[in-house]
Amino acid sequence: MERILFGDNQFFAVNHISDDKSRAQSIKFKDDSAIIKVLDDARAAGINTFMCTTHDRIGAICDIIRADPEKYKDFKIFPCMPYAHKYANAVTELGIAGTLKQYVPGNFFGSLFKGGMAYITKDFESIMELMIDAEMKMFKDIHTPVIFLQNVITDLLLGLRATDMLVAFHHYIRKKHNADAGFITMNMPKLLKALQEGGVENPIICTSINKVGFRMSGGKEVYEETLKNQKVRVIAMQVLGGGAIHPGEAIEYVCSLPNIESILFGASSKPNIVSTANYIHQFDSKK
Amino acid sequence: MLKVALIGAGKMGISHLSILGGYANADIVGVCDTSKMVTDFLTKHGRFNCFSDYNKMIAETKPDAVVVAVPTKFHYSIIKDLLEKNIHVFAEKPFCLTYEQSEELVKLASVKKLVNQVGYHNKFIGTFKEVKRIAQSGALGDIYHFIGESYGPVVVKKKSDTWRSDPAEGGGCLMDYASHVIDLLSDILSPVQSSKGTLLKSIYSGQVEDAVYSLLELQSGQSGVLSVNWSDDTYRKMSTSITLVGTKGKLISDANELKLFLKDDNSLNGYSKGWNVKYITDLQEGVDFYLRGEEYSAQLDYFIKAAEGKVPNTINSFASAANTDKAISIIKKSSI
Repeated sequence: MERILFGDNQFFAVNHISDDKSRAQSIKFKDDSAIIKVLDDARAAGINTFMCTTHDRIGAICDIIRADPEKYKDFKIFPCMPYAHKYANAVTELGIAGTLKQYVPGNFFGSLFKGGMAYITKDFESIMELMIDAEMKMFKDIHTPVIFLQNVITDLLLGLRATDMLVAFHHYIRKKHNADAGFITMNMPKLLKALQEGGVENPIICTSINKVGFRMSGGKEVYEETLKNQKVRVIAMQVLGGGAIHPGEAIEYVCSLPNIESILFGASSKPNIVSTANYIHQFDSKK
Repeated sequence: MLKVALIGAGKMGISHLSILGGYANADIVGVCDTSKMVTDFLTKHGRFNCFSDYNKMIAETKPDAVVVAVPTKFHYSIIKDLLEKNIHVFAEKPFCLTYEQSEELVKLASVKKLVNQVGYHNKFIGTFKEVKRIAQSGALGDIYHFIGESYGPVVVKKKSDTWRSDPAEGGGCLMDYASHVIDLLSDILSPVQSSKGTLLKSIYSGQVEDAVYSLLELQSGQSGVLSVNWSDDTYRKMSTSITLVGTKGKLISDANELKLFLKDDNSLNGYSKGWNVKYITDLQEGVDFYLRGEEYSAQLDYFIKAAEGKVPNTINSFASAANTDKAISIIKKSSI
């Protein structure tokens, strides 16, 4: 993985500290061309990996990338699935079974739900595999060396003690999609322990790491201890603590920690991209 | 360790179960749901002890506390039954379908001296806690107007009927979205006394309202506007905000960002004359296990601790949720 990864929150009005900023971003990135322009700015700053959720709009971005293979020959996407709001809204409306019925491709569920009372021979891993394949369709012919499970699903399964599903995700991504599996989480130390117990060694984990300890569940110290003593490939996200920390100070902290393979950040403008990337280069060179 | 069980493993129930599962200080003794697919998953992958009949679960697992996350129409009878069996109860919101049912359960919980809590999670968000502290500090002077708002994309097109579209089952924007805002206003200022007029608008739903616009007067005499719409797809997810207008200042806050304007210096520690901005990152305490927001973990942590006698059972008690149910009935009656 490259040292710097470019995120997508700003494109989809995800802002952890301000609803006003969310709306401004939503207006700014109404057209796909505005997204592509910022991605090109990031590439110009040497950032060639785009880590993004499997939002419907990413399909259109993938079309643009596919249409210009020469321009994007070094470009990589790290997909993060699923786009949770799509399913969350569906569960609210249709219930859990109804949502699976709507989103699991093919006739897998059609026959099972007939009559409502029919016994369901469940193979939840197969359902997950079908859903992964469906989410991956939009990335056809695009280089996706790492594929992530979004934190809301990772952490849901972690809390439900369904670690075997996380392990199954890990193996399936490798087997079927010839990529490494990654996990986004807000509970890094707990997740790492569970994955290790499930036989997954040195996993890729993307998690909040920032100087103020924001969204570092259990406390910053446990994270620092884990980074120091465990074998894990960490991508630090939310390094700016949602914008609450001065960028220089924020990056200095993250660059000082061991085992952080990559730093993920998003930005809406060229000056912000260049400035954050420069901070990372600056503090890395001091090591 | 406290023995906890769950009744209802739908969207909210599964989320509560996961948070409890990630939480070190609770022993989850049983899970009850009528969906065989859900209980099969939880049995096979989570090794939970699952049931389809809650009475059987209670009899076999003898929990100290139960989380009730079934549709609202089942709350009254199940919660009453649990209280009679001397079990502490955490119930999802809204509390009951009628104020009379709520009142009865408030009394029963009090007589039985059982811990009782309802899932109005906004009260565990750092920004809204700070709004309450500021409002009660007097720094805003006489608060003569408020605006309580919530918008989000739940029903954004005409679609087939679910329990959400049945007024008899607690469907509709008033009981769902608006109840959060009403509950928050009751807590920050005071409970609703009357409504001077309400518009319940159906935008896409056939039988229930998708938006609630109401002029409210509180028991404290303060008045303001409630404006809630769950058919607004300019929002990515539910967004709740509170505006307080006073003689000495004005406060606007959502879950992420609190903006306070003060007319004078020295009226409140940590804030100065003019605009002040604080973010959730400044105001939110961390949690041990995070799923979808610190507040969801914090409210369950509070419930468990209350059941263990470590914190008072004051935040989101049945009594406060009953006030909200009463406000809902006041607003409904004033609809024109």
